Amino acid sequence: MNPISRRKLLATGLAATAGAAGLATAARLAQRYGLIPPDHGGLFGAGETLTYACQRALTLHRPLHEFPRGMISRQPFMNEIGPLPDKFKASQAVNFSDWRLTVDGLVDPPLSLSIADLRALATRNQITEVACEEGWSYIAEWIGTPLSLVLREAGPKPGARFVVYRSIQSDWWDSLDLAEALYPGTLVTWGMNDGDLPVGFGGPLRLRVPRQLGYKSVKFLTHITVTDSMKHFGKGVGSSGAEFGYSWYGGM
Amino acid sequence: MSCYSRGVPTATKAGRTTILRHPLLVRITHWLTVLAFIALLITGIEILISHPRFYWGEVGNVNTQPLFTFHIPSSRDTVPTGYGYVLPDQNGWSRYLHFQAAWLLVLTGVVYLAYLFFTGHLRRNLFPSRDQRSLRALIARIGQYLRREKSSEDELRTYNVLQRSAYLTVIFVLFPLIVWTGLAMSPAVTTAFPFISSLLGGRQTARTLHLFITVALVLFLLVHVTMVALSGFRARMRAMITGKVQVTDTELTPKELS
Repeated sequence: MNPISRRKLLATGLAATAGAAGLATAARLAQRYGLIPPDHGGLFGAGETLTYACQRALTLHRPLHEFPRGMISRQPFMNEIGPLPDKFKASQAVNFSDWRLTVDGLVDPPLSLSIADLRALATRNQITEVACEEGWSYIAEWIGTPLSLVLREAGPKPGARFVVYRSIQSDWWDSLDLAEALYPGTLVTWGMNDGDLPVGFGGPLRLRVPRQLGYKSVKFLTHITVTDSMKHFGKGVGSSGAEFGYSWYGGM
Repeated sequence: MSCYSRGVPTATKAGRTTILRHPLLVRITHWLTVLAFIALLITGIEILISHPRFYWGEVGNVNTQPLFTFHIPSSRDTVPTGYGYVLPDQNGWSRYLHFQAAWLLVLTGVVYLAYLFFTGHLRRNLFPSRDQRSLRALIARIGQYLRREKSSEDELRTYNVLQRSAYLTVIFVLFPLIVWTGLAMSPAVTTAFPFISSLLGGRQTARTLHLFITVALVLFLLVHVTMVALSGFRARMRAMITGKVQVTDTELTPKELS
């Protein structure tokens, strides 16, 4: 073996060792700062983790971007909704006066809030765009109570890392990391464009997640659970969408 | 002036010598880009099928006037297509793969760009050389192509002016634009940095431009593969896989002879 190839071999070996050590350190740091999404396993885990970690790191503390009132869509697109259960129709019959949003898990105390309770807690409005993963979009004014204020009422316990949220449609649930849940733009929405939130847009209650794709904004919200890990929810990949093959993180 | 060959020439058949045409890093990044591009193209088409309507401005949906529509069936029954059936939904894995491939493309691009700038590859082989920097040189080379003239031995070592112009356009115009228009569709990115979308004219304009740039890249790919086929498919493929081409000994540069 001549000296040049030996030097090359040595350099390659050192580079490989440094690379492996760098990757291990990166993985450890990512874990510590919550940069690993629940659906990080599998064939597309690398891309999903890179997207989530980078967008988390770069966009976390940026303020919410709103549109001017003049840009509100005159005819927002009402997407299809799945079949609604009988208990939804029963609540609709009494104008949703008995609708409850329960907050449980790693909180003290657990809460059960009516829509009137939410309105009394805080009212915020934001003019933001719904962007669907299919490609279409519209802008509306959304009126509701910031999830951060609901969670503050409930008092998350130490160790809280994810907020799981469910629809009255039992097969639709999702989750956010705590930072996204506490983001001021994440809104427990009960009003739209100066009126009540129509059923077609998720009324009476929808969680609007303006920094993520439309499918993260679960309609007919009934249940919020604060947790330290997504492992024990469904198949452990973070959402019903992820179990169906759609990425848990909807920022891209 | 061509000084591409850094490998040691090895004598083969009588009068022929093998020289290194494409350095290892260029070959690896080339094929990784091919892999990423094919994945992005297929998954991009799958995603397009879920809403084959294109708009201009910030917002667009089936309640608004499209700029144009592809008259194809869709994978969603909420889109009016004129077809009585709906295609199977492929958006889940398509979106996962689209962004994974986008990462491969971007990271490969970063490595390639670093190589371009730090080794002088850009100056030597991509930026038109002094004698190529004229409209006359450009027209002359087009004429050569049209007359189907055999290319000079010099082109076994480096690129001609048309290749350089095309490659520079793809590397410094089309790829940056495809990444930019892609990011301009990300709700997290546009919420945090609204100018990424608004400089282009809005989310739907970005989506439409993303399609146009894809068309430009596919046109480049078609011309590129056609030229490879016309100039000797096997030899060109061998050059991009093994890095080696054969030149006649009389054409060896002094450096190659030494």
